[in-house]
Order: sequence, then structure tokens, then C-alpha cells
Amino acid sequence: MAKKLKRKTQKVHIAFTLNGEPCEVAFAPHKTLLEVLREDLNLTGTKHGCELGECGTCAVLVDRKPVLSCLVLGLTVEGREVTTVEGMQLADGSLHPLQTAFADLGAAQCGYCTPGFLLTAKELLEKNSKPTRDDIKEALSGNLCRCTGYIKIYEAVELAAARMRGEAAEVPEEVVLGLK
Amino acid sequence: MSKTNPKPTRVVGKPYRKVDAAAKVMGLTKFADDLVRPRMLYCKILRSPVPHALIKKIETSQAEKLAGVVAVLTGQLLPIAYGILPVSEDEHALCIDKVRFVGDPVAAVAALDEDTAFEAMNAIEVEYEPLPSFSSIPESLSGPKSKGPAGNGDESESWRIHTYGESGNIHKVVALEFGDVEAGFREADRVREDVFFYEGSTHLPMEQHAALAEVDGDGKLCLWSSTQTPHYVHRALAKVLEMPGSRIRVIATPNGGGFGGKSDPFQHEMIVAKLALMTGRPVKVTLTREEVFYAHRGRHPVLMWVKTGVKKDGAITAMHFRTFLDGGAYGSYGVASTYYTGALQTVTYPIANYKFEGVRVFTNKPPCGPKRGHGTPQPRFALEVQLDKIAAELGIDPVTIRRDHLIQPNSLTANYLRVGSTGLAACIDKVVEASGFKKKFGKLPYGQGVGLACGSYLSGAGLPIYWNNMPHTGVQLRLDRQGGVCVMCGSIDIGQGSDSILAYIVAEVLGIDPFDIRVLTADTDLTPVDLGSYSSRVTLMSGNAALQAAERARDLLVQAFTEKYGVPVSRVAFADGRVFDVEKPEAGISFAQAVQLAETKFGTIGTVGSYTPPVSHGKYKGAGVGPSPAYSYTAAVAEVQVDPQTGIVRVDRIWIAHDVGKSINPALVMGQVEGSVYMGLGEALMEEMSYRGNRNTVHKFPSLLEYKSPTTLEMCDVKTFLIEDPDPQGPFGAKEVGQGPLLPVPPVIANAVYDAVGVRIDEIPITPDKVLAALRSKGEEHSPQEAGVTLGTREPHRYGPHTIPSFDWPDPVRVRTPWEGGDGKELLREAVHAKE
Ligand code: FES
Ligand code: FES
Repeated sequence: MAKKLKRKTQKVHIAFTLNGEPCEVAFAPHKTLLEVLREDLNLTGTKHGCELGECGTCAVLVDRKPVLSCLVLGLTVEGREVTTVEGMQLADGSLHPLQTAFADLGAAQCGYCTPGFLLTAKELLEKNSKPTRDDIKEALSGNLCRCTGYIKIYEAVELAAARMRGEAAEVPEEVVLGLK
Repeated sequence: MSKTNPKPTRVVGKPYRKVDAAAKVMGLTKFADDLVRPRMLYCKILRSPVPHALIKKIETSQAEKLAGVVAVLTGQLLPIAYGILPVSEDEHALCIDKVRFVGDPVAAVAALDEDTAFEAMNAIEVEYEPLPSFSSIPESLSGPKSKGPAGNGDESESWRIHTYGESGNIHKVVALEFGDVEAGFREADRVREDVFFYEGSTHLPMEQHAALAEVDGDGKLCLWSSTQTPHYVHRALAKVLEMPGSRIRVIATPNGGGFGGKSDPFQHEMIVAKLALMTGRPVKVTLTREEVFYAHRGRHPVLMWVKTGVKKDGAITAMHFRTFLDGGAYGSYGVASTYYTGALQTVTYPIANYKFEGVRVFTNKPPCGPKRGHGTPQPRFALEVQLDKIAAELGIDPVTIRRDHLIQPNSLTANYLRVGSTGLAACIDKVVEASGFKKKFGKLPYGQGVGLACGSYLSGAGLPIYWNNMPHTGVQLRLDRQGGVCVMCGSIDIGQGSDSILAYIVAEVLGIDPFDIRVLTADTDLTPVDLGSYSSRVTLMSGNAALQAAERARDLLVQAFTEKYGVPVSRVAFADGRVFDVEKPEAGISFAQAVQLAETKFGTIGTVGSYTPPVSHGKYKGAGVGPSPAYSYTAAVAEVQVDPQTGIVRVDRIWIAHDVGKSINPALVMGQVEGSVYMGLGEALMEEMSYRGNRNTVHKFPSLLEYKSPTTLEMCDVKTFLIEDPDPQGPFGAKEVGQGPLLPVPPVIANAVYDAVGVRIDEIPITPDKVLAALRSKGEEHSPQEAGVTLGTREPHRYGPHTIPSFDWPDPVRVRTPWEGGDGKELLREAVHAKE
């Protein structure tokens, strides 16, 4: 005999801007933004490594600032602007310079931490078009990566930054071939 | 099969993008938890809150009554034991009558949503009858002594964590002797003994393990899982579910990091498979981060005693190495891990006589297993630090003592490992020169120092995990008349780029663009078996299989081409998506047209390749662990700063040179080197599995915040040199890179700390409290474990263990070394006595 499900909560309904497009979604009010994105909007590009605010894997941009989506309720983005990795590509569908650089240098090994790093770095480059290595380390210090040792990530951010400044930057040889 | 290609390459050796790079930076890659199926249920697993207890009763009725709960599962329904090694099949999907560590799975639920599953899990009541728990090597060594299965009336019998193994809570004992170490010590000018400890650590992949099971209309089961070893999971599922393997499909999803932590068949995989069969609905489980700490299978804590005899010039006349491994609650890869703590000491510097004794105990803690370097970083730490101490005693510098005594290429070690190419000399020269080591060592201001260390690792294990004579990997290649090429292999990409390696090798041979190739991997229904992404085996083994399949396909195309155009075979070339006569390059045909010619002549074009490692030279019991087709070599120099006020060690830079044989893709090789340095740095300075409460059996901090791992702020600068000494066993000469570069990192940091502040930290991790304790120590007498040996003088400032537990080692398996005229077989007892 079918047991009757008690609905403990009514779904809430919000409207916000998601990756530049208007979006409406209904979900249980206790859901985090991470859960709303992944489960209710099927945007699984945003990952999770802890769901406790400890790893940066779930970072997205809310009103262009990095936010740990596992720590905020979905409700809090009502009327705001959310960017996930799915919204990083340029208007013509080509990859964002950060995405290109990450792909070319091997800054995404398993790729699981990558969306969080990309979005955090995107915000950094919007604030600071010519970050030093230390600026990059500081900005990315809340994102854990177990694969890369971060080195290729720094190099990718530097390469993307140079290209975004309009410099005709090539991939440095020692970065992909090793030292002689 | 021509494995080394003297011709210039177009794809191999070039820093191409990975074939899955774009998907990864776009967030398109589907990891296990990203998968959703219609009518999918969510699974939660109840885990034991006690370290060691009998299960008296499991009450599930409250959970079953909850609205939204579809099924509740306990261990009674899955009575068959399994485990990665056939010699230690000691795990159950859910504990049946006994729990063995805090976190051991006891019951599971499947519900319509995660919240309900969670609530139901908490509604299950379990009654436990506590047993004494064991949390350390000495405790388990001196624990219950009895042997054999329970039921002999001895109460302490139930105190045994498992009723198999050597005796009591001793899981495995190994004793091997190659040559005669006592004679070797007598020949030595100096003999030194040291005791070291290497704490356990965990893999901490950013992706939590997840699995999704589904049953189709015919009752066939499909499991998607974040696993490094789909083939072994396939075998375990067939066994546990009592289903023919032909009705089970395992698809390994791209791993969000593995590092060895996803190499066992896991409980959660068996559980969702069973729940899917019970409910007829898809069931998904994703472990929480806390549960990932319990799944563990990480680095074994190892206590080590090493006695080494050397000539005045540093040549090693004898080494006696003892290891004590804290295995945690289950077997996992532990028997292999135990052997590995003694296997690779011999492959860097020649050791004339070598004896190894190792013991693994069970404790009531999460099970240990293979983590990057599997069983070898611990002894490598001990060996490289002791070598530094010996060098200082002999008045030789750390470079010379190593550089003057390197294993020769194409030689056999004392324990019958066959070394092929070795670029270790070049590695040492590179990092010593680039770092200015000779100008810095012993000469930097107090608080700053440099160190040197080396290492070597396998390019794949010589033997499979379960006994069989079949290939270790296979590749199928399908060419279609549109010019499409599909490469199929059971290997799984865990971030190291193994999918890309397949594409690069096939592209190289067929002269096409790697991004035009479809790579289909890790699906037991569609791809030939590959044993898995462990033991650094994939590039060498699957690479060789891909090379063989591609060469066979090329041969078919060449035959068709020569027949049609009358060009001699030797003049047919494949490049830029074309097939042509090297003497008339402009007159060729497209690759697709060449496939059409071949398809016309032969029918559908498909080829296969496979790879089986060469037969190993050792024939003694235990010879199965250590042999590999090829060994990689690494040397590293670290420059550190040590603050004598706080004890904080800051690693500024590591210069590292790795002999990879040949880089199939140098950018990916560098990524593996840098990632290994990172992981080694974490282990060296901060990562540790530590326990508290309940007699030290509760994980102190199963969270990413409290389990300290390096962030961008702790990571050091890395200068990477790739040394290429091609090995004839590797595809295009390639050897491994995923694990070897980790090995020198912990000892190189320890050696640099000594150079900086003059204290020896003989224990990993090197945390500030240990450095301070060593700095403040008044100096101590070096306490030998055995009397009557020549020892170093006083060791003024040191932190580390002093002694090892006494243990009754069995008579070793004795083997004559190759230079004693040995044949790799163990000596019979009579022969041993005759010799004595
Ligand atoms: S998942 Fe949000 S910080 Fe880890
Ligand atoms: S690329 Fe794997 S965790 Fe960063």
C-alpha cells in the first residue's frame, strides 16, 4: 500500500539572472544555491567537495563576486545575477581566455576543481588586469586542487590575463616542455 | 612490435591539449554525481559509531515505516565477502555480525529524496556489544595471540579483528633475504641503524566517491562509478551479487581525482547495485566528505628500522630493513603494500646484500591501502635520510654518495628486479646544477638550507592482482569509411590524461589529428579489459596496446594502398590526414580514402592490441611485488627556511628532474611532476590521519578544513626538468610519471631542514612542534636496537621514534643474489643449512 508522502515544505519560487538570461525556478526553501543549480536547474558544472564551505569547488559568481554556493541558500539570489561555469563562454560561443589557457596548459587535470578556480580567477582579472603571482595565490587561496600543485593554474591565469590585456602572448615553452 | 620510433614524431612529444580538456573547462564532463536517471532513488549508508563491536541487533522497522522510504538493506542480504586481493577477501557490503572501525557501513536505505534517506538512516537502531579495540602497531602486535577461526572457547578470540591472517591481529608477515646481510655488515667500514616513522595520510580527491546503479528491462545491471578499477569492481559485483559478469556492466565515470583512493571495490558500489536490483529503480549514492575519510585506503602509517653497512666511499655492502605497517581494519591492498615497503629499496643504488622484514597489523581504524607511491614513499624517506646521515659520517657530500653509486642500466638488483633505462645520473646533475646545490649546501645562513634526495618507481606492476595469464590491457580500434577512428580501451582517465595518451599514440601512427579520434574508455560492455589506473601502468601498458592496434590498422591500409598504387611498402607514409608515397607526397590520398581502399579489400576495418608485461626474473615466494617493465627515476633538491622561534618550515622551491623515458606529452608529464611535488609536500609538512577519543579510534578531523592540505599559500615553487632516457619496454620509450616524483619530496625536505637548523626530523609529517622539540632537545645517545654494531656518534638534535617493538621474525625466504650466481629461486631449506 502506497504510503502518503508528507510534504513538509512548500516550494518557493524565485526569479534571477542566470548566466545572462532570465531564469525562474521553484525549490524547497532550505536548498542551497549549489543544490538549486545542480538539482533544479541541471547545471552540474558547479561541483562540490565538502558542502561545508571548506574547499572552493562550488564557487560561482553572484553579482560578479565569488560565493561558495554550498553556503548560501538558493533563496538569497532572488533578483541577483548568477554566473556558473556554463556561462563563462563568450557571446560567440568561443571559450573565455581563462578556459582556453586552462585547457592549453593542462591546468585542469581531473577538472573537478576547475569550475571553481575559473570563476574565482575571472573575478580576480576583472578587478586586477595585471595580477602578480602573489595576487593570484591570494585570490585562489580558498580553492583546493589536489591534482595540479596549482602551478599550471597560476601559469594559465597569467597567460589569460596577458591575452585579455590584448598582448599577443604565446604559451611559454618552459611551461609546457619543462626546463632545459 | 616496434616500440621505439627513431623517426621524428608529429604528435608524440608535443604539448597537445588533452582530448577532454575543453569539456573539463566548460563544466561539461559528467562525473558520477552529475548523473541523474528518471525515478532515481537516493541512498544513505548508516555507519558504525563504535570501533570494535559485535552487532547484536539491527532494528529497521521505524525506517521502513517512513513515507518516501523504498528499501532498507542490511548485511544479511549480501553475505558474500569480497576484497581487492584474493588473499584477503575480508569485506562485506554491510557488516553482518561485527563492526571493525568507526565508519564501518552497517545498513543502507533508498528513498525518494536525500532528506528522507537521511531521516530513515537515523531511524535505524543498532545494538552493539563492544569489544576491546586496537589502535596502534604495538597494541595489535601484543594483542590476542590465538590463531584460527572463532569458536575454540577462547574469549580473546573475538578480540581478533579478523579470524584470518598470521595470528591475533597480525595480518601479514614477510621475511626475505637476498645474499647474506651479516656477511655484508662484516665487510662494511661503517654500519648505521636508524628508526623512522611515516604517518598515514589520505588521498583527499576533490570529488567524493559516488555511484549510480540501474537495472534494465532484462534484469541487466549497470553501475556508473567513480572508480579507478572498473574491471575489479565488475568482478566483485558478480561475486557479491551472485550474478554472471555478462549481465553486469560497469562504467567508470571520469574520476575527480583518485591517487589510489578509488582503487578498491567499495561497499557503496555493492549497496546501490543491490538496492537497484531490489527496487527495480536507479539508485545513487554520493559519499559525504566525512565518509570519504572513512572509505580511506590511504597511506599506511609505517614504523621503520634500517641498518645499513657501507664502505668508506659509500658503497652499500648490506641493508637490513624492517617495516611495521598499521593497516587499519581491513586487508585492502595491504599484503601488496607490505611487500612494497621492502621492494624498491634496491633499484636506485646497488645493495650487495639485502634483507627485508615487514609486518602489517589490523587496527580498529579506517583501512589503509594504496596511495600514490603505494608503500614506497615511507621506506624511500628512511633510506634517503639515512643516506644523508651516512654521508655526513663518512665526510662525503650528499651528491657524491649518490652519484658515485647508481644502479646500472640493464641490470638485475639483489631482489631480481630488472632495471632497463635509467636517467638518474642526468636527473641528479640537472637539479644539483640548477639549484646551485654545491654552493649552498652547508653554507647558507642559519635557518636556511638545501637538501637532495632521489627515488624510483614502477611503470606498472609485472603481475595482475588475481592470478591469470591474460593480457593486462587491451585496445580495440575501429576505422570507418568516413575516416573516423574510434579507440576503445578499459582504462579510466583519473585526470592524468590516459584518454589523451591513447589518442596521441593512435594519431601518431595513423598520421591523423588526435582530436579527430573518438576515445571510448572504461565501459566493461564496450571496451576490452584494462586492469585499472593504478601502479602507474596505463601509459606504458595501454600505450603499448594502442600502438600495436594502430600499427596493425596501418598495415592493412598500407597493403591496400600499395596494391592500388604500386608504391613499395617502405615508401608509404601517413601524415596530416593523408596517405602518400614519400617520394611523391603531393600525389597521395586522404586518410578516409585509404580506409575505403582497405575496407574494399578486407571488409570492415577493426584491429586489436594487447599488452602483457615481460616475465619477471624473481621466482621466489614474494617475487610478485616489485617487478615492472620499466622504472622511472627522479632527483630533487629543496630549498627551505626554518624559523627557529616557531618551528615552521617553509619550502621555497623544489628543483625536480624526472626520467620519464619519453614524454608522450611533456605538458601532461610536467603536470604529474608538479602534482606529485604538491602531494609530497603535503605529506612532508602537514597531512596526517590522526585519531582521538575511544582509545584513539575516532578520526580527529574528517573534514577538508581540519585535515590540513597545502593551499596556494603553502605550495612551493617548482622547477621541473624532464629527462628522457627511452626504455625499450615503453611505447616510444615512455615510462611512468604519476607517482615517482612524489618519492624524493618528503626526504628532500627533511634533509634540507637538517641543513638549515641542524636537527634531524625522522618522522613525517615535519610539523612545527617536532622541529621545536628537536631544537630544544639536549641531545641524546643514539640507541641501537642491537648491541655490538658500529654506530654513528651522538645524535645531538633529533625528533623521531627511538625503538621498534620486539617481534619474533620468522626465518626469511633466502635467495642468492645474481652476483652470487643465483637463479631467482629461493634456496631450499637444506641448501640454506649447508650454506650456513
Ligand atoms: S563544496 Fe562548497 S566549499 Fe566545498
Ligand atoms: S584538477 Fe583535479 S582537483 Fe584540481
